[in-house]
Amino acid sequence: MTTLLLIEQVLNGLQSGIMLFLMAAGLTLIFGVMGLINLAHGSLYMIGAFAAAAVAGATGSFVLALCASLITAAAAGAIIEVGVIRRLYDRDHLDQVLATFALILILSEGTRWAFGSFPLYLDVPAALAGPVTLPGGIRYPAYRLLIIGVGLIIAAGLFLLIARTRIGIQIRAGESDREMIAALGVDISKLYTLIFALGAALAGLAGALVGAIQSVQVGMGEPVLILAFVVIVIGGIGSIKGALVGALLVGLTDTLGGVLLPLALSGVMDASAATSVGSALASMSIYILMAVVLIFRPTGLYGTA
Amino acid sequence: MQRETVLNTLVFLALPAVAAIALVLDEPFTITLATRAAILALAAVGLNLALGLGGLVSLGHAVFFGLGGYAMGILASHAQSYAPLDLGLFVIEGTKSMPVIWLTAVVVSALAALLIGLLALRTAGVYFIMITLAFGQMFYYFTISWPAYGGEDGLSIYVRNSFPGLNTLDPIQFFGLVFAVLAIVLFIMGRIERSAFGLALGTARQNAARVETVGLSPFHLRLVAFVISGAVTGLAGALFADLNRFVSPTMFSWQMSGEFIVFIVLGGIGRLFGPVVGACLFVLLEHLLSGVSEFWLIYLGAILLFVVLFARGGVIGALVGRGGHHG
Amino acid sequence: MADPLLEIQAVSKSFGALRATDDVSLTLLPGEIHALIGPNGAGKSTLIQQVAGALVPDTGRILFDGRDVTALGTAERAQAGLGRTFQISALAMENSVLQNAVLGAVGASRRVWRFARSVMRDSDVRSHAEAALNRVGLSDVANMRVGELSHGQRRLLEVAVALTLRPKVFLMDEPMAGLGAEGSARMTGFLDGLRSEAPILLVEHDMDAVFALADRISVLVSGRVIATGTPADIRSNAEVRTAYLGEEGLS
Repeated sequence: MTTLLLIEQVLNGLQSGIMLFLMAAGLTLIFGVMGLINLAHGSLYMIGAFAAAAVAGATGSFVLALCASLITAAAAGAIIEVGVIRRLYDRDHLDQVLATFALILILSEGTRWAFGSFPLYLDVPAALAGPVTLPGGIRYPAYRLLIIGVGLIIAAGLFLLIARTRIGIQIRAGESDREMIAALGVDISKLYTLIFALGAALAGLAGALVGAIQSVQVGMGEPVLILAFVVIVIGGIGSIKGALVGALLVGLTDTLGGVLLPLALSGVMDASAATSVGSALASMSIYILMAVVLIFRPTGLYGTA
Repeated sequence: MQRETVLNTLVFLALPAVAAIALVLDEPFTITLATRAAILALAAVGLNLALGLGGLVSLGHAVFFGLGGYAMGILASHAQSYAPLDLGLFVIEGTKSMPVIWLTAVVVSALAALLIGLLALRTAGVYFIMITLAFGQMFYYFTISWPAYGGEDGLSIYVRNSFPGLNTLDPIQFFGLVFAVLAIVLFIMGRIERSAFGLALGTARQNAARVETVGLSPFHLRLVAFVISGAVTGLAGALFADLNRFVSPTMFSWQMSGEFIVFIVLGGIGRLFGPVVGACLFVLLEHLLSGVSEFWLIYLGAILLFVVLFARGGVIGALVGRGGHHG
Repeated sequence: MADPLLEIQAVSKSFGALRATDDVSLTLLPGEIHALIGPNGAGKSTLIQQVAGALVPDTGRILFDGRDVTALGTAERAQAGLGRTFQISALAMENSVLQNAVLGAVGASRRVWRFARSVMRDSDVRSHAEAALNRVGLSDVANMRVGELSHGQRRLLEVAVALTLRPKVFLMDEPMAGLGAEGSARMTGFLDGLRSEAPILLVEHDMDAVFALADRISVLVSGRVIATGTPADIRSNAEVRTAYLGEEGLS
């Protein structure tokens, strides 16, 4: 294993971690402020990807496709929040799980009905399709670098939004006390719709960005959703900082585990066994990471109470 | 409760009645549907102890279902190939005997539930939901990437396993066996609900501080409930694999876990027979709606959404007109 | 003087900069009612939680029947013989009154790991629970759901469940709260007779009840015990009068 390969894998891990962050940030905000567990967050990721693929197919413009993913997912989020989710805030977690599970069934099958069962492909724009050479002679796909950059910018924007703006103050107030933000004269139901739409937009954008590397298909959202849950459990529910740290940890563990474990095991067993045992162990690595964090910090790295 | 008792008896007898009618009309597929409903009901009856009585929203019960399934698949495949399973320290012969397979499924699932419970029950609420979901996913990906037993493609067993004195290949005999298991487990669960343990577990759901104040540990109560719950769902997994003569990672999928919860809520949460009603209704809907539309899950989703938002007592609640009694 | 059954030794607990419990020491002797009073925010709840085992003190020790229980949790302290009632009722609201009392009897007899036998048909446990309900006068409503009970009845049920534990010490957090004059009088009479069974550490706002019942009173202000003594001592204590009783308008 060369250093170059290792660096490339670290970058891959960063890239997947940053995309996970976009998912986890919305989930953790929605939980922190509204106390809602939203299984349908993965569907918003899927909706963003499909919107992007459809617009890219019609116009050929990747930028328009990304805009479409943001707008469509945010709109879908707002509609879902007003139609269904806001009836769930005062319900117990079981009702929230069931209702959002029902939403997944409806949204996934609805998408299958509209677009069919075959995967769509969203092409990386030609200008970004090739590799770029990084300092040290590392050649790395330009598009993936762009994803990392976009993700970092959004993360920074999110931190600024929460730390510095009026909406951020309302969000933080809402996390500690619902009645207090009502007393501040904030329209809570509008604030909740806004937060939900913001989370949805981030998920939709992540879906579109990742959709260009992988394929766009029904059911793409749920594996990412569950990874995002692992991220939140590791980072601590309600903490954006925890979501960022957790996402990078999970992204790196997942990517590096898949490469390093079979390599490490090839020293002690034959090549094919090392590959199968290594990849089986790698598939469990993030859950083991989660278990270890839980043993020492049951409320996650940055969780309170 | 009188109306509910009558309703429970009717629902419970409906399954064998459907199977008997199908036998007379010579429709083995309908018998298989009834068997499938009974097995899914059994899985959800297992979950119901943790979820209905204990208030533990486990979104990872497919772990135990899948482990039960693979206990069957692995033991039967070694018997099928006459190659013993070499675990290094000791060697296990494969088997086609259902009682041995069931026992293995129960023990393996109970152990897994103990380990997962020890970790997940340190947390509560939404953490518990996410963690159980994550463990489910861990097993799912593990079976996909572990090539020895078919990996993603799963594992086929050519001949259904045997039970002393029965021809399990005959649909009605296999149904009878499954139904007997369901009946016995329901009886046991009914006893547990009324027992000292059941009272303490139900109280821990309503008010954990109360349980501690009388000197009992909610954690221990919940852990034991989770283990029993997992073991029963594991048993259902072994039966499910035998019904299909096939196991695959989809038995571990999170949708499976979600469906178990759906059965419980569809039937009516906090009721012994809720999961049975829910599972039967689900299999019936699946059968009817999938004939109407390829996208029948949309309708299922809409029905489920309606039940959650507007009809929280489920079907039994709507028919007997009151909330769950919770043991 | 007999050895104390409960001994709080120099216990302190801080939340951030707030010293909620500041070097508190007090004892509970056999046969006595020791009342803990103080204005809102004085740290009574925090102290009760530490005695019950729900909070761990930062420093200091809690001895129960001569044994250091500082590191034990709530359930273990209950097993050791601490019978607690809550300020805000902590009952299984969906269950019947009798079921709640039976749970106490189950806890007391350590018979929880029984899976097959119907607990409501277990005559030992049941008669034990019924006796406790009878003592507080709840026999008539034994089959009602707790959710349907009046506030006062719930308070009585709290006490009944504590009775089923046959505790060595009662820890009661505002048992009079929300009771009318008549209810308070009944509860006062009941607690008066209870002290011979096991001493009571009583946190209470109802000053009539406190001065009628208490053998000793400790006054907690800003996390510190400013005075401990007989009701007469406390009445005449100048510091207490300025810090607390003056504001409440002592009768």
